[in-house]
Amino acid sequence: MNRLLSVRGLKVGFGRGNAAKTVVHGVDFDLEPGETLAIVGESGSGKSVTALSINRLIDDGGGRILGGRMEFTTARGEVIDLACATDRRMETIRGSEIGMIFQEPMTSLNPVIPIGRQIEEAFRLQRGLGRAAARLETLNALERVRIPDAERRLGYYPHQLSGGMLQRVMIAMALAANPRLLIADEPTTALDVSVQAQIMALLAELRRETGTGMIFITHDMGLVAGIADRVLVMIAGRVVEQGRLDDIFDRPRHPYTQHLLQAVPHFSHGRKVRRHMSPAGREMARPALKVEGLTVRFPATAGLLRRPVGAIHAVEGIGFDVMPGETLAVVGESGSGKSTTARALLGLVKPSSGTFSVMSAEGLARRKPMQMVFQNPYASLNPRLDVEGLLAEPVLAGGVRPDASTRQRMVALLERVGLPADSLRRFPHEFSGGQRQRLCIARALMVDPSVLVLDEAVSALDVSVQARVLDLLIDLQNELKLAYLFVSHDMAVVERIAHRIAVLYAGRIVEIGRADAVLSNPRHDYTRRLIAAVPTTERRRDVFRLETAAVPSLLRPRGYEPPEAVWQVCGEDHQVLVERAAAAKEIR
Amino acid sequence: MNRFLTRLLDHSSGRIGGVIVLAYILIALAAQAGLTPYDPLQQFRIERLQGPSLAHWMGTDMFGRDVLSRLMIGIGQSFLVAFSSVGIAALAGTLLGLTAAWFGHLWDGLVMRLMDVLLAFPAILLALLFIAVVGPGTFTSILAIAFVYTPIFTRVVRGPALSLKARDFVDAARTFGSSTSYILSRHLMLNLVAPLTVQVTLALAWSLLTESGLSFLGLGTQPPASSLGLMLSDSVNLMEMAPWLLVFPGLAIMIGILGFNLLGDALRDILDPRSRRALA
Amino acid sequence: MTYLLRRLITFPLVMLGVSVLVFVAIRLVPGDSITAMLGTEAGLLTPEQKQALAAYFGLDHSWPVQYGRWLLGVLSADLGLSVTYGKPVLDVILERFPLTLQLACLSMLIAIGIGLPLGVFAATRKERGSDLAVRIFAMIGQSTPSFVIGLMIIYVLSAGFGVLPAMGQFIPFSEDPLGNLGQLILPSLTLGLSFTASVTRISRSAMLDVLSDDYVRTARSKGATRRRVIWRHALPNALIPVVTLSGVEFGYLLGGAVLVEQIFALPGLGRMVLDAILQRDYALVQGSVLFVALNFMIVNLLVDLAYVMLDPRIRLGGRS
Repeated sequence: MNRLLSVRGLKVGFGRGNAAKTVVHGVDFDLEPGETLAIVGESGSGKSVTALSINRLIDDGGGRILGGRMEFTTARGEVIDLACATDRRMETIRGSEIGMIFQEPMTSLNPVIPIGRQIEEAFRLQRGLGRAAARLETLNALERVRIPDAERRLGYYPHQLSGGMLQRVMIAMALAANPRLLIADEPTTALDVSVQAQIMALLAELRRETGTGMIFITHDMGLVAGIADRVLVMIAGRVVEQGRLDDIFDRPRHPYTQHLLQAVPHFSHGRKVRRHMSPAGREMARPALKVEGLTVRFPATAGLLRRPVGAIHAVEGIGFDVMPGETLAVVGESGSGKSTTARALLGLVKPSSGTFSVMSAEGLARRKPMQMVFQNPYASLNPRLDVEGLLAEPVLAGGVRPDASTRQRMVALLERVGLPADSLRRFPHEFSGGQRQRLCIARALMVDPSVLVLDEAVSALDVSVQARVLDLLIDLQNELKLAYLFVSHDMAVVERIAHRIAVLYAGRIVEIGRADAVLSNPRHDYTRRLIAAVPTTERRRDVFRLETAAVPSLLRPRGYEPPEAVWQVCGEDHQVLVERAAAAKEIR
Repeated sequence: MNRFLTRLLDHSSGRIGGVIVLAYILIALAAQAGLTPYDPLQQFRIERLQGPSLAHWMGTDMFGRDVLSRLMIGIGQSFLVAFSSVGIAALAGTLLGLTAAWFGHLWDGLVMRLMDVLLAFPAILLALLFIAVVGPGTFTSILAIAFVYTPIFTRVVRGPALSLKARDFVDAARTFGSSTSYILSRHLMLNLVAPLTVQVTLALAWSLLTESGLSFLGLGTQPPASSLGLMLSDSVNLMEMAPWLLVFPGLAIMIGILGFNLLGDALRDILDPRSRRALA
Repeated sequence: MTYLLRRLITFPLVMLGVSVLVFVAIRLVPGDSITAMLGTEAGLLTPEQKQALAAYFGLDHSWPVQYGRWLLGVLSADLGLSVTYGKPVLDVILERFPLTLQLACLSMLIAIGIGLPLGVFAATRKERGSDLAVRIFAMIGQSTPSFVIGLMIIYVLSAGFGVLPAMGQFIPFSEDPLGNLGQLILPSLTLGLSFTASVTRISRSAMLDVLSDDYVRTARSKGATRRRVIWRHALPNALIPVVTLSGVEFGYLLGGAVLVEQIFALPGLGRMVLDAILQRDYALVQGSVLFVALNFMIVNLLVDLAYVMLDPRIRLGGRS
């Protein structure tokens, strides 16, 4: 049997003439039939461009193959150089020989065409099937990707399905013609961790069933460990290291690969958590932030007259406290209410009930003792203000006119968060994502807060930048005795920074306690599932289990009051919510 | 600012549009300052309906008045109406749109339903209704055009203002406890300058068009004052005899509007590339 | 479906607002209401006659009462009497309306028939010569007022060929299809040119936007040809802004008809409104403005319907 794909000296560029820019400088790799190659790199490393070059979709995006060969063996044994195949030839290869799935399932499907017809099209184009036959195949394909109730879903439009479902539709479409090669470009990056696990399980299973070769593009070494046979690491359009999975993971040679494997947060079941104070010490200390019974409900309406039908119980009776110098991580998936909790504490949404109090180290409530850092550093800085204007805002809001000492503080803070001192006159767009997040941290520190709420503060950053911003946060915490409320969906990151963890599910805390206890010995069913879904570098070629449990609806009828929470203490500073049978039944 | 100008000059339609608009503004100013070749009202009785010549570059009209001089005055007149009406509309629309977006609820509902009512009229008809009530004239056409364009500016401001309101930097400002006026001026208005500039430029083109239409119908500027639309309506019965009466004012209107459209397009590309879809 | 129902409910509300506006506007005319109703003729009346008339027309009541009575009249299709024509306002309007409606519809047909394919064509040849030519045409088309084009057409016809387009009496399509089209084709072209230009521009930019969307790439990755992607995947999405524009532009057509009817001396609704304003025939102004606004709103409702058909996100709402 021939090699499936052999790439030699691939060079890709964008633009013409003076504006021409080469972004991939000579990539070599081979792929055997049925083998999975992971291409790892950060944004701008050229990994996606490489993937799009293989099926030549790069041409549509304004790119050009500048050199090299890509020899592909078709199902009939022909060898074609994809680098110089005509567009017409490529149209017969795409879909039938090479399938592809993309990062954003939400935008990758046509919003005005039912998903059934979009999958049908793949069968009709590549296998020349008629309408009825294509429909039948589509039904099979949907069942193959484990979409429940497939017949009814054929007529659904993309906006009626969740991201995970849509990614399954994409997979069904890409595999319609049994291609010999599947290119998956960050297929799970936009998804929740448990959905990610399902998609990964599905890909692994389909790969076993069909023997499709796969090129898997990602930035996450944990995912690589789970699925790849071989690994290729890219920086700035060049391959810096490639080899078998075990070789790369156990004996990384290039410093960047070593960095990816060691400096970047990887989940290790609570073995890397930070130590702070003993549970006994906690009981003595005075919390910087104390929250009791925090509840946020949004009225839900239905019908023409917007009749109130009940309420979305986004956050339900949440209570915790955070000590000075301590990090409480609030973890959960989208819709769990973790961001709403953060926003309620900062007054961005109005809590329906509950109290919270903030204390500074001296016990006095100083001005604005709580500040927040948002997820997206591109959206949380006004693009029309320079750094000085940005940093001055919290000060101005406190009713203080910025003066020479304010300016001094700005310069000192910029330096402390690792930004050049001459940044004051510059605008946000002149900074990288990581630098912007440092700027946001500096801005939050301008008014000397005692509590910092970090809402997915490192989630939008590249993995290696993530590690550095986390280090900065830890240093700042130790120096300034800051209390952090760290909201995140990323267990690996949480393990790095948290002293304690609160797990949120469907608006309630289901488990709370010391980070090592929660991560190494999860007691609530949901926490266990969540932790099982996290990819780690240790579980190589792991078989993810398919899980189809849906997230419960948070909509409750009018006047509904949830039963009192009952807690079970399961260790020193480790509590878990007791799910009563009645309560469990109600969650459909 | 320099960077912005460089980009505008690099943009081919920005270059052409900018030159046209600048030239028209200079002509309008020169006409206002009395720098026309002749007195636009002076009637050279013996030289009635003469074609273009060295003495009268664009010929003379039926009263023997110099067409070029009247054209320059007319451009000044059109620009006066266009700039004042769009100025009023932009101011009123921004105020309404911004407050509607920010305060929401009842005020938003009230403002937007009122704008719905105004938008239920075809634009020219609304202007006609306005003129029917107030009576024709330059000042009326300014108000009529402003009246018609206010709901459009309200919508143009409200949409982006709503999306800005939901942006993280506004949330951040609220967590600092910044005042409403600070948020409105620094976070919303500062970011609305770009789309507003684009819209103002395009509105100027439309306003020129409407002004010339209204005065063509005899409902705008009244004779003996000069305006481009009026000159065209005077040419209707004489076009076979004196086509220059039709061609020059016609071209003057067309090129003027073209200038603003080109400039507006270029500004949109440079200042507000993402709005293309929204404005579609 | 909720979206459409909601639109249907606001429809009478907006219409009510429109009627209040029109009513109040006419009451704001300087001078007394009899003058407002009868125009210049009112100057010839004695004070007693005026009072009698005021009582006859119910003008001695307060504004709200007057408005209520007027609205009741409007609802029973009684828009009052036109002083200049000496006939019920509605009759005058209905006589003139077919021409204007046909003019607007023909222009719209021309605009979409030419503009849409041209825009799509230009989008698929971005930055090439043909794209540039289309863009220049669209730019100039959008910048030329319809009455300038109309005058130029008439000048070229009369000076170049010695012919004049048929003016004066309207020839209904049902009586003489060829004569009707011959009469209306040039006015429609004139009226439709700037609309054609904007349809071209919108379809080009919408198409360019859509062609850079992710799902176009997905379709290509399935092996669909460029042609197929353009017509099957991109066009249905690109149509959405085009439809929105068409609704707005239809209002411009109804309004812009004033100028074109004036130039081509066609007895349409627009010219009638203009005459009514100049003659101070306020009942006619009031009635016809209301009438046109109603038509415009109906068109906008149809546009919403088309919108709903095109976009399942509106039709079906959120996730079910």
